[in-house]
Amino acid sequence: MSWRREAARAAAVAWKDLTAERRTRANFNAVAFLAILILLLFGFALGPDTEALRAAAAGILWLTILFSGILAFNRSYQLELEDGALETLLLYPGDRRALFLGKVAANLVFVLLMEALVLPLAAVLYDLPLLRPFPGLAGVLVLGTIGFVALGTFYAAMASRVRAREVLLPLLLFPMLVPVLIAAVEATGAMLSGDPLREGGSWLRLLAAFDLIFVPASWIAFEYIVEE
Amino acid sequence: MPELPGRDADRPPAVEVEGIARRFGHRWALRGISLRVEPGEVVALVGHNGSGKTTLLRVIATALRPTRGDGRVFGYDLRRDAARVREHVGLLGHAPGVYGDLTAAENLRFAARMAGLAADDRAIAHALERVGLAREADVRARGFSAGMRRRLALARIVLRRPRLLLLDEPYASLDDDGVARVDAILAELKSAGHAALVATHGDPHARGVVDRVLSLAGGRIAAAPAAEPADAHARRTRAPAEAVPVRAAGGVHG
Repeated sequence: MSWRREAARAAAVAWKDLTAERRTRANFNAVAFLAILILLLFGFALGPDTEALRAAAAGILWLTILFSGILAFNRSYQLELEDGALETLLLYPGDRRALFLGKVAANLVFVLLMEALVLPLAAVLYDLPLLRPFPGLAGVLVLGTIGFVALGTFYAAMASRVRAREVLLPLLLFPMLVPVLIAAVEATGAMLSGDPLREGGSWLRLLAAFDLIFVPASWIAFEYIVEE
Repeated sequence: MPELPGRDADRPPAVEVEGIARRFGHRWALRGISLRVEPGEVVALVGHNGSGKTTLLRVIATALRPTRGDGRVFGYDLRRDAARVREHVGLLGHAPGVYGDLTAAENLRFAARMAGLAADDRAIAHALERVGLAREADVRARGFSAGMRRRLALARIVLRRPRLLLLDEPYASLDDDGVARVDAILAELKSAGHAALVATHGDPHARGVVDRVLSLAGGRIAAAPAAEPADAHARRTRAPAEAVPVRAAGGVHG
């Protein structure tokens, strides 16, 4: 296997997904709308208590990312199912895991862009200090998003051939995401409260460990779950 | 083009399957098919809906694993060497597998990159020209008719030039011009030594370039291939494309 050739194939998949999304914006508009709605509704539910809003902000932020991401992952394989493209895709010569890497790259760009929209909005709604903790917060977001996107892309591929995939994907994915969700919420909370290194550091290490285990594991197992 | 196992003198057959069977749940779609296709040979598979034509093509393409039996494509085992098999095979399935939000040219550029080919603009233009979509190169495929999508899928085959073509109902949704173009492409690739298995509902258009016809029924080969017709050798060695007439060459041989 030539790594350069497989990287080019992964890049082709990412280019194809992002080009299709850029042209229609169907997915991004739906996901952005859902994300804004979740942030607003939680804000209304918690009321005008600034302290309560700040305390809950990290959890709300990650739940928003989680729910919106699920929509994105489903849509990512919907593209392949519309015209029977998945079979064609799987029958190209080369390593099928390039397809997984391409999908992960496209979904990563997509979810990070969505986070870039959600984060300032959350800062305004929940009165969060963004500038000072930003470097640490960006690290948490990137590490948490990598694990979330890798697992989400993996399970979306598994669910893609099932009729009830919209229901199946969260059922499969959410239990697996519990460690990354807890670590991401705790680390985000630590960054926002101005304690980036003590408690936040250990949660960050947990996020990094999660990524180091689950990204290669999903990559290796992808070949088997797309086999019909 | 990827190298094939074996010496030039004893090149393996394009397809060699023995007792291939495939089950979906409790239903057997294939019940022990043995078949051999030589390089440069075009074999038509005919049969009613559900006779197993599509399943056989998908097994040979490695889209499905056989439940029983063995098979090789250019000497590569369907189970153990599936990735190598895919280097030599191009499947045109029922669904064209076209991306509606990409233009026709972008669809082909993507296909070229996925197949590890240089995404050369001239090669893409040539492939679109061969299938009659040159003027639609920069049009998004979302608005294409079923026939145009089929042509675009066929252009992927033209671009890749696989050594073994597996065409499932290649004439479906095509007008007369499209049918003639499929035959011309088949004839050209055949004369270059490429093999093809063409599943069809007995469409006589397929026969102009076909060497043998196999009839499938209930997942089995119902009719053995007939002896080569007198003009078959001449047809097989005739110059490609425009020289090959689009005509019927009799029904299913028994």
